[in-house]
Amino acid sequence: MAQNENGSSDIVPMTPPSGAVVGTGVVPADTFENPGLPPHRPRVTDLDPKKKKRAARFVVAMFWLSVIGSLFAIFAYMFFPIEDGNMASVRLNTLFMGLGIALSLLAIGIAAVHWGKAVMADKEGVDERHPVRGTEETRARAVEIFKEADEESGFSRRTLIRGGLIASLVAFPLPAIALFRGLAPMDVDPNTELKHTMWKKGLRLTQDPTGTPIKASDVTIGSAFQVIPEGLVDLPEHEKLDAKAKAAVLLVRLKPEDLNWTSEQRASWSYDGIVAYSKICTHVGCPVALYEQQTHHLLCPCHQSQFDIANECKVIFGPAARPLPQLPITVDSEGYLVATSDFTEPVGPSFWERSTS
Amino acid sequence: MNRQNRKSGRRSPVASVSLLLIGLLATGGAYAAFTASTASAAVDLSSPEVIDQGAKLFAANCATCHGQQAQGTQNGPSLIGVGAASVDFQVGTGRMPMQASGPQAPSKPVQFEESQIKALAAYVASLAPGPAIPSESQLTGGDVAAGGELFRINCAMCHNVAGAGGALTEGKYAPVLKGVAPVHVYEAMLTGPQNMPAFNDLNLTPDDKKNIIAYLQYNEENPSAGGLELGSLGPVSEGLFLWIFGLGGIVALTVWITAKSN
Repeated sequence: MAQNENGSSDIVPMTPPSGAVVGTGVVPADTFENPGLPPHRPRVTDLDPKKKKRAARFVVAMFWLSVIGSLFAIFAYMFFPIEDGNMASVRLNTLFMGLGIALSLLAIGIAAVHWGKAVMADKEGVDERHPVRGTEETRARAVEIFKEADEESGFSRRTLIRGGLIASLVAFPLPAIALFRGLAPMDVDPNTELKHTMWKKGLRLTQDPTGTPIKASDVTIGSAFQVIPEGLVDLPEHEKLDAKAKAAVLLVRLKPEDLNWTSEQRASWSYDGIVAYSKICTHVGCPVALYEQQTHHLLCPCHQSQFDIANECKVIFGPAARPLPQLPITVDSEGYLVATSDFTEPVGPSFWERSTS
Repeated sequence: MNRQNRKSGRRSPVASVSLLLIGLLATGGAYAAFTASTASAAVDLSSPEVIDQGAKLFAANCATCHGQQAQGTQNGPSLIGVGAASVDFQVGTGRMPMQASGPQAPSKPVQFEESQIKALAAYVASLAPGPAIPSESQLTGGDVAAGGELFRINCAMCHNVAGAGGALTEGKYAPVLKGVAPVHVYEAMLTGPQNMPAFNDLNLTPDDKKNIIAYLQYNEENPSAGGLELGSLGPVSEGLFLWIFGLGGIVALTVWITAKSN
């Protein structure tokens, strides 16, 4: 039992005032009362027959404006035809057609809404809420209907038909799965495809889009070359795009003393200050080619990841998780830049099997 | 009484405004005619007098940051070997002399007359060989389609596919290319001003550069087939336009449909 701190006398509960209900002491007296429906307010069109007439005229006018809009669209199609090779004619054609069709639809909508709001009879009705659950009889009858249907169709009894129905429903989405699988490479392992590019030992670095090989002496300090592998331009169109999407490289030259390397091996991947990095962002694969030649920073335009070319393309800002992969390069006997191998890690964004070999 | 005032020599306000306008037009017109005549004068960049004039201008306007012999100081880079093209671009677009140090020298009203710019260019070119100012024949007659492909591969990532410019890091930006003189576009490609990479003649050949200029000019002269360009900024301005006017229109219509008629 609760005890008073200063003595042994019990704490005595307050006796409620007469007429109060026990347990409702905190309920305020001015509980919210249903205010009921607001009083009916007649519209100006109900009070003033002139205004009603005007509203009706407005509705008629809008409907006819819609007719004008439709006709205008037809005339626009006839009088502003699309001429071959003339982009301005396409613009005029679509602009006037669009304006005509927009006017015709918008005017119908406005007329219909205004008709309903201002001209049609203004009566307010009340639908009372009622319990959702049906009566016992209705519910029993519903169950009965299901049983009757089952009996008449033989759904439970004819197991062969039922089995056939279920089998056909299970089978019909399967072609979609096959179609979607067909979007991925069929005869090769997608995993290997993601991990390897067209680059290999001895392949020359060539210019995008011409495929002209690049000499080391062409790349002056401060230059930026957009690079594709030798032979890419000769591939069929579809394969070309697939290969380019992985093998695109940015080639720049810095002063050799500006480049900081973490190991001798990484340093050997460059040639006299010339470095080649994958252009595919390690975040979600946008092409990173916004190169600032004084700060040596590379910016990805999609999500503002920044890479520092002077420090092995380390991420210095943004959501990218890894540095851009570096393409090991050197020069061949004729002075052209060549790759010494493929990228040593998968280019582009992460995927589930990336770390497995 | 009013009439008497006028007769006594008080001019109407319209008269003084029109007088002022005439005066302004006359001086402005004369100034324009004067500068136009000096701009058209050809300057021989190898003549000793021009180089001498350039040296004096350099000492007075540039040497504080670039050094007395253009050797560079801690406030400005060395200009030895940057060539006449670099000077013509930097001074000809108003980027130099720089107004204040910052992430990037912005283009601003040109501070020198055409002949002075050429003299400065001649002086810097006389220090060491470097890229020369391109001639008129190097700027015209390019192939628009070829230029478009080269522009999309080499330039569009920073300057936007329509040349509308774009943001870079830490306050730097790639400027808008609309309204830039072809000669300045050529010089920028050749010399790589500020943070722009340089595109030497082995990277983009003189023909390639000519094509890119042709593409930019075509873009500038032909209206967008898609109608309102909204600054050619792509999803940013187009999305903003739709969010405000498209969704705003839908909200307004919804309010109108559900409101009671008065």
